Amino acid sequence: MQVDLMEENSIQRFKIVGEIDAFTAPKLKEKLDATEMTEGMRAELDLSDVNYMDSTGLGVFVGFYKSVSAVNGHLQITGVNARLKRLFEITGLGDVMDIVSEESGDKDAAL
Amino acid sequence: MPQEIGKQYKELLRQYLNGQNEKDLYYGQQFSRQFIEKNIAPEDVIGIHQKALSEVLPELTSTVEHSFDFLIEMMIHYGLALQEHQSLIRKQEELQLEMNVATKVQDTLLKTEQPNFKGIDIGMVSVPAKEMNGDYVYFLNDGGTEACVAVADVMGKGIPAALCMSMIKFGMDGLKGTNKHPRKVLNIVNRIVEKSVDDSMFISMFYGQYDPSDSSFSYASAGHEPALMYDASKNAFTELNAKGLLLGVQKEVLFEEHSVVLDDGDFVAIMTDGVTEARTDNGFIEEELIQTLLLEERASCAQVMADKVYSRLLEMQNFHLRDDFTLVIFKKDPKKV
Repeated sequence: MQVDLMEENSIQRFKIVGEIDAFTAPKLKEKLDATEMTEGMRAELDLSDVNYMDSTGLGVFVGFYKSVSAVNGHLQITGVNARLKRLFEITGLGDVMDIVSEESGDKDAAL
Repeated sequence: MPQEIGKQYKELLRQYLNGQNEKDLYYGQQFSRQFIEKNIAPEDVIGIHQKALSEVLPELTSTVEHSFDFLIEMMIHYGLALQEHQSLIRKQEELQLEMNVATKVQDTLLKTEQPNFKGIDIGMVSVPAKEMNGDYVYFLNDGGTEACVAVADVMGKGIPAALCMSMIKFGMDGLKGTNKHPRKVLNIVNRIVEKSVDDSMFISMFYGQYDPSDSSFSYASAGHEPALMYDASKNAFTELNAKGLLLGVQKEVLFEEHSVVLDDGDFVAIMTDGVTEARTDNGFIEEELIQTLLLEERASCAQVMADKVYSRLLEMQNFHLRDDFTLVIFKKDPKKV
């Protein structure tokens, strides 16, 4: 797993590549925890190149979501494929977090 | 410094220098184990060599001898690193012991008893991938009229997850004697978890309540995998979906509650993502496969069904669980007394 941080138009954009599981999740958490939390910040997690994620990965996202929300910021999760989308739906996180599916997935999902 | 070891070393060295054959080298190598067993630091080994050499070859120049003093200095930090390594091993052994105790405590604390009700056959398998189980099954039946079950998956592993489970358990124990409607239970547990859990740890939970008086199964879910319901009359599965956020994310959550009626031969299978997200070399296990496995065993009792599905899925994953595996089956069976 690899995480790259870019800053575009004052959005902290994290591009995650690879698998997020119990082994790689701590690395991701470390990287996200190192982010400076500023009032009203905007962050994005790009998952378009994540081919597998389990619940530990979800845990890291929720932690980050809570930290960003605590400073009245906004977190968007993008590039979510069908499998991940299901995970966000089942967990109810899709209703509280800003989730954007992969473009191909958006066409058939009018929800 | 044990003198005996120095003497033996000297002899081995003398032998080797005389003949320089492989066999003596091999003896030397075997001998080196004693250094480790007797905890002799690398710099002391050089010291032993220095002393032995000066006795075996007294004609050696003092410059060569001084060079060993220099080499000894080179070894000091290796010696320290070795010490550190050894103390880490000891610490790890201690931790392992504590972990074993913790696992036992967890088993005792979290013990649950399967309810025994006429007309409903219950089976369950819960196997941890590592020592401590992040999945948790708790049956609530304080001699009441309903059979209730909570199936939870604590995300986050090991000791914090285990502590979290005790919290769930004692939260639910507090409900004894009151009504245990799914929505109410999840609301209460959510409030407990939200207050006390660290930010990246949370819990998914499916809660079901079977009422034998009208054969209804009511359920609610906090971000948990939907349960599967098998309808024997239609020979078909449906997912038991109920909207609800994971426990521990927000203080106020609206949990949907639904209810189905179980007829003879119908069953509900509640599982964790260790079942649905299992992976084989050929990719993910499909939900249809789980349905097929359940169908094949539907004539067996609930416990055999759960055991069979587990062993088949374990086999498909080359006997290696990546995630904790939990499957609970509630089966309506008129023969069950």
